[in-house]
Amino acid sequence: MGEIKLMKGNEALAEAMIREGCDAYFGYPITPQSEVLEYLSIDAHKRTGMVVLQSESEVSAINMVYGAAAAGKRVMTTSSSPGMSLMQEGISYIASAELPCVLANVMRGGPGLGTIQPSQGDYFQSVKGGGHGDYHMIVLAPSSVQEMVNYVGLGFELAEKYRTPVMLLADGAIGQMMEKVELPDQKPRKTVFPDWATTGKIAGKPRRYITSLNIKPEEMEKINHILQNKYAEITKNEVRYVTKNIEDAEYIFTGFGLGARICTKAMEIAREKGYKVGMIRPQTVWPFPTEIYNKTSKNLKGILCVEMNAGQMVEDVKLSVNGQCPVEFYGRTGGMLPSPDEIIEKFEECFIKGGK
Amino acid sequence: MSNFNSDIISPENLVYKKPSTLTDTPLHYCPGCGHGTVHKLLMEVIEEMGIQNDTIGVAPVGCSVFAYHYMDVDMQEAAHGRACAVATGIKRCFPERYVFTYQGDGDLAAIGTAETIHAANRGENILTIFINNGIYGMTSGQMAPTTLEGMVTTTSPHGRNVKEQGYPLKISDLIAPLPGVAYVTRQSVHKPANVRKLKKAIKQGLEYQKKGLGYCMIEVVSNCPSNLKISALEANKFVENEMLPFYPLGDIKVPEVK
Amino acid sequence: MTEEAIFAGFGGQGVLSMGMMLAYAGMIENKEVCWMPSYGPEMRGGTANCTIIVSDKPVSSPIVSTYDSVVALNQPSLEKFESKVKPGGVIIIEKSTVPVLPTRTDITTYVVNGNEEALKLKNLKVLNMIILGAFLAARKTVSPENLVKALYKALPERHHKLIPLNEEAIRIGMNFIK
Repeated sequence: MGEIKLMKGNEALAEAMIREGCDAYFGYPITPQSEVLEYLSIDAHKRTGMVVLQSESEVSAINMVYGAAAAGKRVMTTSSSPGMSLMQEGISYIASAELPCVLANVMRGGPGLGTIQPSQGDYFQSVKGGGHGDYHMIVLAPSSVQEMVNYVGLGFELAEKYRTPVMLLADGAIGQMMEKVELPDQKPRKTVFPDWATTGKIAGKPRRYITSLNIKPEEMEKINHILQNKYAEITKNEVRYVTKNIEDAEYIFTGFGLGARICTKAMEIAREKGYKVGMIRPQTVWPFPTEIYNKTSKNLKGILCVEMNAGQMVEDVKLSVNGQCPVEFYGRTGGMLPSPDEIIEKFEECFIKGGK
Repeated sequence: MSNFNSDIISPENLVYKKPSTLTDTPLHYCPGCGHGTVHKLLMEVIEEMGIQNDTIGVAPVGCSVFAYHYMDVDMQEAAHGRACAVATGIKRCFPERYVFTYQGDGDLAAIGTAETIHAANRGENILTIFINNGIYGMTSGQMAPTTLEGMVTTTSPHGRNVKEQGYPLKISDLIAPLPGVAYVTRQSVHKPANVRKLKKAIKQGLEYQKKGLGYCMIEVVSNCPSNLKISALEANKFVENEMLPFYPLGDIKVPEVK
Repeated sequence: MTEEAIFAGFGGQGVLSMGMMLAYAGMIENKEVCWMPSYGPEMRGGTANCTIIVSDKPVSSPIVSTYDSVVALNQPSLEKFESKVKPGGVIIIEKSTVPVLPTRTDITTYVVNGNEEALKLKNLKVLNMIILGAFLAARKTVSPENLVKALYKALPERHHKLIPLNEEAIRIGMNFIK
């Protein structure tokens, strides 16, 4: 059993980064995730030798990540919604050049400068693209401080296994709240780098170069095929989700991250009221756990999807359910949080009083 | 391994060859363009210093976007303007390696101004080769931040009107006063004597990097016969008569000798 | 046992840190804890509150609709959260900054004269520990001993000399609850 601590989500994320043997972190301050850079600035370099650098912008940070990742290093950046928008260009290059790295978006309310309060408004940006071209990131959605920690290690593992960027899609509440966490033991930093990494030419071997440019369309289509095959492989192997009380459920509450935590409370209240409600929570929102929704919805009277946005993941839920049961949505936007009571009210309005 | 045909030229008759640190891939640059000369000089210096395996380069977006096809060292292709950020990521993780960026005026002095100035200001131990030909080459002849006043380009067809389109930017002079900057020099490749001076400057820049003195930038005033729609010879005259009066050659900052 | 509480007041009154100390103490008792702050853009002077949940079982949601207990250290906080207390629940208010008392009769209200007591101790910063003492006496969420242990655990060493004063503050606070 690892060390147990009471930690803020952002600080736990930073601590996990150090312990998972991260080689470099590049970032720019933005509320509500500035604690990550602050925490790392204290003594991360002293503890493991990792590089911690405050960049002049998020644009610069993601390109520093590109440089370090292309040199084979284990590297991370974090930001919040407006900053993540600035990083989209770099993420597209990273996906195309097949560079492993882990990013975290501690989302806040938008659009625009928005608010500094928690939100889940960047779901589409994260799972559908965000930058230009056909690419995906593996997107992990932590719903607790413990998962903030666990997904750093898992993120690096998946990023390196598939040579792909991995995103932790968290929100301001998970970043700011404190919970009990079990921390992993300190792992050593990497000393061996992959063959493709530009660490300096090895005598007698051809030089390596990292690029996302293939000017001939035939060649670029080949790159696209490689990426799409990889995404198919990831979709086959890496879907993660948790369910609760689905065996006897007539209804399902669903959501990701903090939204799912609130749904769990709503489910408990609904069960007390005698409604047979279960839960599905995707841990990977890309690849999306399509199958469990599809399988479960055959026997359901309805699904209520709850998000801290105007309705984004609900589109993937509907595609997965494919019309087998009604899917309703409840969300709050701009940094407001849905409360368990509001969820119950919406549930009764849609499925009980409406007599669907 | 020799990369010339000894059946045609016997070794004792060989007076010139390309450095072993350039690949055999034919350059795609237009006839008369300065890029080929600068590529060769940079790779000659790397060969002579014996640092081919210790060097990581960063290519830009612009005409030299394919630099990694020609330079036989480990390289990364950066997004437009981001080369100095990418190079920072590499150098911070591999401080013992020589890291250079190779960028044009649009890449470095327009879209990448922030990345350039901040890398310089942090005193990143990298060398930037900055090709200033006063025009966008790859996108075929649009106005660059360094385009001279009155100069005709496809986006300043009546000549650059500085009141509307801003003034040509002397980026080297701009960064030279920053304390993180060790070495800034402006050179050219339009005459053989200048070519020799540039080679010395490149060697100097890499040696300063080895000593960890800080950010080094070598601006190369170059030409673009294709987009100026003139001959190679006339393009070199344009450099001499039009560019150099505004972008004078010579060292702008050298490290203090201790 | 699950305690779902909210501590609210002005920034600078120490509401966030008193919630944090309760969470630390809960952890010392091997309970599940969750502390979630809500804050404005100001570093000081704005309103601030934190939800704090201490439970024997895993905490489902850090967002709850109603609370077992509310600590209100200013009038706007009381106005905002009085209606969110569960029937049979508790409100603890600070006398000097909450002049208008709660009107609900289905809950228990405790009035603590914390600022005056803190003045007597010559340190206004211990207000939050006086309030937290009262809270513990009313709710028994954790033991006062474990709260003191939490102070030692959570505070940097250079502040440890202030802990006896905080212990005294906790004891004074507990005496407000009969």
